[in-house]
Amino acid sequence: MIRFLVNRLLGMAVVLLLVCLFTYVIFFVLSPDPAVQICGKNCTPEAIDRIRANLGLDEPFRTQFWTFLTGLFAGRAYGTGANAIECAAPCLGYSFQTSQPVTDMILQRLPVSATVAVGAAVLWLLAGVAAGLLSAVKEGRFADRFIAGLTLTGMSVPNYVLALSLQFLLVVTLGWLPFPQAVPFAEDPGQWFLNFLMPWTVLSIGAAAVYTRLTRANVIETLQENYVRTARAKGLSPGLVWRRHALRPALTPIVTIFGMDFAGLLGGALITETVFGLNGVGKLAADSITKNDQPVIMGVTLLAAFLVVVGNMVVDLLYTAIDPRVRVGSAT
Amino acid sequence: MTFTPTELEAEGAAGGEPTGDPASARPPRSGRRLARAFLRDRAAVACSAYILVVVLMALAAPLLVELSGHGPLEFDQAAVDSDLGGLPIGWGGGIGADHWFGVEPGNGRDIFARIVYGARVSMTIALLATALTSVLGVVFGLVAGYFGGRVDMVISRVMEFLMAFPALIFMIAVLSALPAENRQALLVVVISFFGWPYLARIVRGQTMTLKQREFVESAKASGASSAQIIFKEILPNLSSTIIVMTTLAVPGYVGTEAGLSFLGVGVVPPTPSWGQMIASSVPWYAVDPAYFLFPGAFLFLLVLSFTVLGDRIKKIAESGEARS
Repeated sequence: MIRFLVNRLLGMAVVLLLVCLFTYVIFFVLSPDPAVQICGKNCTPEAIDRIRANLGLDEPFRTQFWTFLTGLFAGRAYGTGANAIECAAPCLGYSFQTSQPVTDMILQRLPVSATVAVGAAVLWLLAGVAAGLLSAVKEGRFADRFIAGLTLTGMSVPNYVLALSLQFLLVVTLGWLPFPQAVPFAEDPGQWFLNFLMPWTVLSIGAAAVYTRLTRANVIETLQENYVRTARAKGLSPGLVWRRHALRPALTPIVTIFGMDFAGLLGGALITETVFGLNGVGKLAADSITKNDQPVIMGVTLLAAFLVVVGNMVVDLLYTAIDPRVRVGSAT
Repeated sequence: MTFTPTELEAEGAAGGEPTGDPASARPPRSGRRLARAFLRDRAAVACSAYILVVVLMALAAPLLVELSGHGPLEFDQAAVDSDLGGLPIGWGGGIGADHWFGVEPGNGRDIFARIVYGARVSMTIALLATALTSVLGVVFGLVAGYFGGRVDMVISRVMEFLMAFPALIFMIAVLSALPAENRQALLVVVISFFGWPYLARIVRGQTMTLKQREFVESAKASGASSAQIIFKEILPNLSSTIIVMTTLAVPGYVGTEAGLSFLGVGVVPPTPSWGQMIASSVPWYAVDPAYFLFPGAFLFLLVLSFTVLGDRIKKIAESGEARS
């Protein structure tokens, strides 16, 4: 078990390192010179050189990347001597647009994104598993077919189209919901719920559909297993058969994909937050794209990659806890 | 909607749906039977019809625009009311005999023309990305599965690495950082780059089991080269898997292209794209809902059609496999 843990942690470190390298290459080697962009229109070659020196872009690539990496863990300084600006760890650099530290910009907006993400995750997990179970119980009947149609729709509707349609219908035409704003929970829990309801729905719809199908397929498959038949033949009550024998193996795979999907939510949040104008990390990234603010896009990219890699790791560990078979098989 | 890796995984585990019709319960045998089973499926036919319409629309775009009388880049100030901030004149965003789907608020560009030309972008990018992904996925999957050992290890690691990436965010990063003369080609490359491992993983797994089968062994014993075995013995057995996986991948790519264009890193204006049209309709949705409803409906129906079609093809292929 300890060897497995160490292996996983090492693997995770390697992936994160590669992610950093990949991101850095994209943003500072392949993209057009950042110094020229900061410099603006009235630019002299000397000014560009000064900016390059300040950003450390005149160094060879290996030094640059090393400074960037150490900056993530121990902080770094931009410039030299009296002009040096100290950037505390984890240092993601400074925004080209606002000159704020990228780390602060992300941290400020994280609570809104977390609210959207957690709410959406709870919603899709509950809705997906419930609908999947219902579908499996009523296999082939009307409820099952109805849910199948809903899931196909949910999988296919682009979330910005759904967002705009819901907004037009529920906010503009019917006036049932307020236009989403990030109301703090402590201020007014009722309003908080109503305001976040649409973003949660929009962000969770695709995953809810996938979870419904997965749950349905898994449950139907498990109910056909021999051990379930044995349990039935032993005379166990249907409820007990479901709880003890059918649900656990059927729902284990859900844990795996739930961790990955949750960690990958930042990508979806980008579109949802932008459409609803919620000031989270996703909107920060989307805004930075239009302003070409590369350090911010890079910061969000790294955060997203970090979440996904750590999420995968947590899922692997959870999986070994839930499913004993994996422990034996992991000796490789 | 799109780009979740789990979607394809869920597909892999989905259970079959029993049909009431006794004739269709019998697994189809030949190609003609498969076609008949397909034609009896009303949903599949409807979806194919819609896809066909979009393809024809894309192909005949210049002709259709000739018919409607407005080009996709043509401004029409007479169709918008400058006193109302450029809101289209008339019902439903200016729908009428002149502008069939109405006009864009502000500059009065014809929405029908932009939808028609947008179909070109959507279909081209989605189909090219699917083609490139399939080639990469099949080649790497076959090579990894057939040769095993170190080759397999390297390819598998690369696949794991790419699948651990938050693909959408990285696509955005790459697209926003790279200067590109040819955006559409770059989109295809970037989408395929992150897409191939999902197919390759399945091809690899199937190749590994097929490699153990008797017919491969007998081919090997009779002196066939690796290339002959891969292309003549293994690849034909993978065809249904490949067809199913690629059909299921197309809607994802249609959505990805639209999503990236929506975020402003995809197709560059003035080239019209459905995602981009929806993005520019966001400030207007309350006063001119037709502006987002048209591209939104076309996009949704296209993704839905491909999804349903992929689903049906998968079921037909599975019932066909069950007999052998």
